[in-house]
Amino acid sequence: MDDQGKAYWSATLGLLGKILAIWFVCSFGAGILFAPALNGISLGGYPLGFFFAHQGSIYIFIALIFYYAKAMGDIDRKFDVHEE
Amino acid sequence: MDLQTMTYLVVGASFALYIGIAIWARAGSTSEFYAAGGSVHPITNGMATAADWMSAASFISMAGLIANMGYGGGLFLMGWTGGYVLLACLLAPYLRKFGKFTVPQFIGDRFYSQSASTIAVICLLVASITYIIGQMTGVGVAFSRFLGVSSEMGIYIGMGIVFAYAVFGGMKGITYTQVAQYIVLILAYTVPAVFISLQLTGNPLPQLGLGSNISGTDISLLQKLDQVVTDLGFSQYTTATAGSTLNMFVYTLSLMIGTAGLPHVIMRFFTVAKVSDARSSAGWALVFIALLYTTAPAVGAMAKLNLHATVNTAVGLETAADGSMKVNPEVVKAKADVYATEASLVYENRPDWMKRWEKTGLLKFEDKNGDGRIQYYNDKTKNDAAKAKAEAAGWKGNELTVNADIIVLANPEIALLPNWVIALVAAGGLAAALSTAAGLLMAISAAVSHDLVKGVFMPNISEKNELLAGKISMAVAIVIAGWLGLNPPGFAAGTVALAFGIAASSLFPAIMMGIFSKKMNKEGAIAGMLAGLFVTCFYVFAHKGIFFIKGTDFADAIGGPNSFFGITPEAFGAIGALVNFAVAFVVDKMTKEPPEHIQHMVENVRIPRGAKAVDGAH
Repeated sequence: MDDQGKAYWSATLGLLGKILAIWFVCSFGAGILFAPALNGISLGGYPLGFFFAHQGSIYIFIALIFYYAKAMGDIDRKFDVHEE
Repeated sequence: MDLQTMTYLVVGASFALYIGIAIWARAGSTSEFYAAGGSVHPITNGMATAADWMSAASFISMAGLIANMGYGGGLFLMGWTGGYVLLACLLAPYLRKFGKFTVPQFIGDRFYSQSASTIAVICLLVASITYIIGQMTGVGVAFSRFLGVSSEMGIYIGMGIVFAYAVFGGMKGITYTQVAQYIVLILAYTVPAVFISLQLTGNPLPQLGLGSNISGTDISLLQKLDQVVTDLGFSQYTTATAGSTLNMFVYTLSLMIGTAGLPHVIMRFFTVAKVSDARSSAGWALVFIALLYTTAPAVGAMAKLNLHATVNTAVGLETAADGSMKVNPEVVKAKADVYATEASLVYENRPDWMKRWEKTGLLKFEDKNGDGRIQYYNDKTKNDAAKAKAEAAGWKGNELTVNADIIVLANPEIALLPNWVIALVAAGGLAAALSTAAGLLMAISAAVSHDLVKGVFMPNISEKNELLAGKISMAVAIVIAGWLGLNPPGFAAGTVALAFGIAASSLFPAIMMGIFSKKMNKEGAIAGMLAGLFVTCFYVFAHKGIFFIKGTDFADAIGGPNSFFGITPEAFGAIGALVNFAVAFVVDKMTKEPPEHIQHMVENVRIPRGAKAVDGAH
């Protein structure tokens, strides 16, 4: 693989790392591991930890996928490997 | 118009629509049969994927499960949606770039091995067939509950409908019927939810209603629910975990990677035109799935509160003259004593919907203390205060047994919604079951006709004959699925764990390493898949019996149930996946690198440029 190819792939992996970090923190972190602690905080009538497990994580997942799709498209164009 | 006629009308209309689509969307080529011609719009595909994914279990059972489990039920919500993030970033766009019809074909080509492809076919068949049993029984259940025909008759009708659009239309017919089925099922799910949310909180959006105060009070709905259920000796709704925190963690992870690895879901992403479409389409799929998955916890919690309020007036909802539930703010605020004698509902005064569902056996009352009133509480509670109060009140054990499925099925009746809404729920349950069944049948028939017939036995088969083989294997698969639905093996309930376990422990890691590890060779991949499959089956079989045969379970031999750090067999897929990765890595290091052209292929799969229409060339 040439340097350009390597740079493209490491940009891709960098983006993936960011996406998966948020994916992990909102579901496994806020929704499970830290849920008991977060339940002390209220979001409207929701205890916050419960909110992440039953609602919040799902909204964040959606945002993550659309952000990923857009950011990946930008990376594709930057390295000139996008679809014509 | 009476309910029965209305139900026949609504279900009949939805079936006519599916048949109409079947006639319009016949498949004339293998590209149309396997990949719907390869130019489905990302939003259309997202909607079809949502219907494909949301099964009879999602529609009928999930809200009830959440109502029973409380906070811990969040593992299904996060697990079955979080998998789409993995699918969108790790698998779908790359598999679309690879541009072939099936998942086993990717595994076979990438690991330059017929054996790898065959293992993938076996995993796919086992996962899909175990999964389809539940769909067919779901079709039978929906028919018998709502249309008053026997569940056998229901399954035959269901088979006929799927036959019409899946055999003749292949992926093309399935895609467009799934879009129609999504619309039917999402309306059926959200309309009753909006009404109930309005009745309890005054907020029409169930997602907001769940986080709102009960109408006319400053007490939040969840706070009230927590108070009522803990008073009655149940675990607190917003904090009850599913087993240990570790188990909930691993279970959620298993469902996520299982979701991402299920072939009938992955296959849907071969139908879009471009790599970038595959990415955004996963986002759309999750939007459409989230409409149901964020409504479900509201339905679960609200229906649970409704149910407690129906049998216990101290909760603070009262039945209005017309039979609908109405909030009584004063009682809600007073947190009245649920153990007061007159709080329990007199059995003779029970609402009509309870009478109707008692006939189905999903709701049972047994007057244990002979006072003619219904006492619904947790008689096995570890909460001493609740136990003492129940004893003092002369309660002799819980008297009401409620099947979890009622939460969704009886929801519109509990809220006294018009007949057309009840009819719509019947059509929605059928749409959910049929759309998932069709997706699974597509994965099965493609694996048989494309990966086995063309890939192994008759590599020179003409396109026309392969199309014929696809249609024949689809027809055979429908008959087998129908037979399994009619004669559900006694172990049916346990097999869903196996479907997710296999997808998580064998298919997901193999595909992921195929893309992200250029040097992964066939020895590593095959050893990894087999090891992941073996440990997962071993652990599931230890709990549920070898091949689910009763009496052959051997959990005691491995240290008792859930002996592996308290992890349940349903949650074990993630551990199997870890074993798969570890074994693959070690074996890969000990054997020689994959050939040069395979490494080039991986480099090529990683970039979007040059994506062409999917085809079936081996």
